[in-house]
Amino acid sequence: MRLAELIMAVVMACFSAYLMWKSAELPVGWIKGSGPGGGAFPFWLGAGMLLCCAWIIVRWARRLSPPSQSTEAYMDRRSLQLFLIGAGSLTVMIGLIHILGVYVSVPLYLIFYLRWIGHHAWPLTGGVGLLTPVVTFFFFEIGLKIELPKGLAGKHFLNELIYYPLYDIFL
Amino acid sequence: MIEVFNLLIEGFAVALQWQNLLLVVAGCVAGLFIGAMPGLGSVNGVAILLPLTFLVPPTGAIIFLGALYYGAMYGGAISSIMLGIPGASTAVATTFDGRPMALKGDADRALVAAASASFVGGTISVVLFTLFAPPLADVALKFGPPEEFTLMILAFATFVGLGSDDIPKTLFSIMIGLAMSTVGLDIVSGQPRLIFFDLPGFYHGINFLVLAIGIYGIGEMLWVIEQSKGKMVISKAEVSVRRILDTIKQLKGSIRQMLMGSFLGYFVGILPAAGATPGSLMAYGVAKTMDREPETFGRGNIKGVVAPEAANNAASTGSMLPMLTLGIPGSPTTAILLGGMVIWGLEPGPRLFVDHKDFVWGLIASLYAANLFALLINIAFIPAFIAVLRMPFTILAPVIYVLCVVGGYAPTKDMHDVWLMLIFGVVGYLMRKLDYPLAPAVLAIVLGPLAEASMRQSLIMNQGGFDIFVTRPISGTILVIAIVLLVWPMIKAMNKRRTAKA
Repeated sequence: MRLAELIMAVVMACFSAYLMWKSAELPVGWIKGSGPGGGAFPFWLGAGMLLCCAWIIVRWARRLSPPSQSTEAYMDRRSLQLFLIGAGSLTVMIGLIHILGVYVSVPLYLIFYLRWIGHHAWPLTGGVGLLTPVVTFFFFEIGLKIELPKGLAGKHFLNELIYYPLYDIFL
Repeated sequence: MIEVFNLLIEGFAVALQWQNLLLVVAGCVAGLFIGAMPGLGSVNGVAILLPLTFLVPPTGAIIFLGALYYGAMYGGAISSIMLGIPGASTAVATTFDGRPMALKGDADRALVAAASASFVGGTISVVLFTLFAPPLADVALKFGPPEEFTLMILAFATFVGLGSDDIPKTLFSIMIGLAMSTVGLDIVSGQPRLIFFDLPGFYHGINFLVLAIGIYGIGEMLWVIEQSKGKMVISKAEVSVRRILDTIKQLKGSIRQMLMGSFLGYFVGILPAAGATPGSLMAYGVAKTMDREPETFGRGNIKGVVAPEAANNAASTGSMLPMLTLGIPGSPTTAILLGGMVIWGLEPGPRLFVDHKDFVWGLIASLYAANLFALLINIAFIPAFIAVLRMPFTILAPVIYVLCVVGGYAPTKDMHDVWLMLIFGVVGYLMRKLDYPLAPAVLAIVLGPLAEASMRQSLIMNQGGFDIFVTRPISGTILVIAIVLLVWPMIKAMNKRRTAKA
């Protein structure tokens, strides 16, 4: 936990410095007639963030914050496993949206999660896996008229095959 | 006074239209379910479901979300009592006596007491809201950019002054939220600003929903799954009409605690950053100290359920007061509601009371309705909500993740935002494990554009001199209070260390 607190503070300090440098692409001083430059507000915020990080590191060194006193692991084996499964599967699902589109990657993801992580029975897994994209389609595409991404698969064949005929029927 | 009454009647005409009434009921049910799920509360519900409200007009959308806010406050008590795990941080105090009552076999009594107290707290606070909002909005109409800016400084200062979190981490959270709000095009010169790695997705800025859903949807689920590794034990509750009526009769003895909780909760709720969690904890503390037998608290005293439940509902109404009248949210949930209002094209702040009377009064009237429906639905469907607690996270989590992904995509229709949301969720979760408070960042990203605009306008008004914030009486006073709130915890911490050394 101690090491994690230090690493986080250092990473955030680097980010703050990067933010200051990036803000300085626009004027950060006073521009006559139009007030403070466009970069001023984020520049000083970045400076403030950097100061906070320094303060956090000082408190860490003096062992004043609870994580800096803790001897517990930042993440034990089980926590790490749960985190990797949760965040990892989500990353893969979002990545697949670019290729397969929402309506293919979402059911795949739900089936994977319910069946292999939750060990639920097939009828429940299939039910949730099918119902969620159907409800999503009617809510977003038909109700809100917001097109969700169809991915490369949609562009090349699914649009003509499935989505356009569905639009023709419901819109 | 009569004018307020007339406006309220007009508000009821809006709230009682069948579509809006339906939205109130839907909001209450959704809120009760979300509140009842361990770990999820009003802020998660509002963040995840806000994109879905684009289906209805703004008035309907805020009515739905307002009802959801209430429902979640009622629902939070359910998992506190049945599982001993607070449904949300706002229901922490309810576990102290609610859980022991459930273990004694009085779960149904605790649930009915919680629902009735929530109703009393909600109703008293809406009446107070109706009386206080118009005069406050009148005062706020006279505010110029300097006052607006110092008011926002005050909102951030309360996070530092009243929050119990690490001071530098709270300040960091506020500033990173503000910094994220500056991404996109500069409001004055129109030049692109902070376009990280030249990604085109940053040109439209970082939508507050991306951060809110990332933190309160994805980050929260990662957190809840980690926290609930252990097994949960659900208490049994036998509900019968006779026992419900019996409990309501018993509640006569705790009317004082209900009233105290309602007033205390309401006023604590008004303070930005304070919200329902400290309100309910304070109400519990006061109820215990006031009681003739304080030793019975923590062992299943019904008064220990009633006081915090009245307070957390009252506080949720209280936190809407500064949001609607000043444009400064009083809690993370109202911060997201405020962001929603901007998306719907309504400018939050006192002008709402002049330009959008039907919206404001429709919302207020619907809060009365939401309160009543939440009570009825809660008591009538207690067994259904208990069933929610049995729903495994392996079903809930993936469905919520999917909702987050499509909800995060909908406002800007850009996959860039979905990736950003995932990053915010993961980094937010990792930071939360190290005690970084995240609510200030969400508040800051919502207020950021307003804060920057009002600061720059003020500085232009005064040719660059910062003294304008001090010399104007109202902004000067607000600034002094803000500075006291900022400095006070630091002095307190230093004194504490000095005495510890001595």
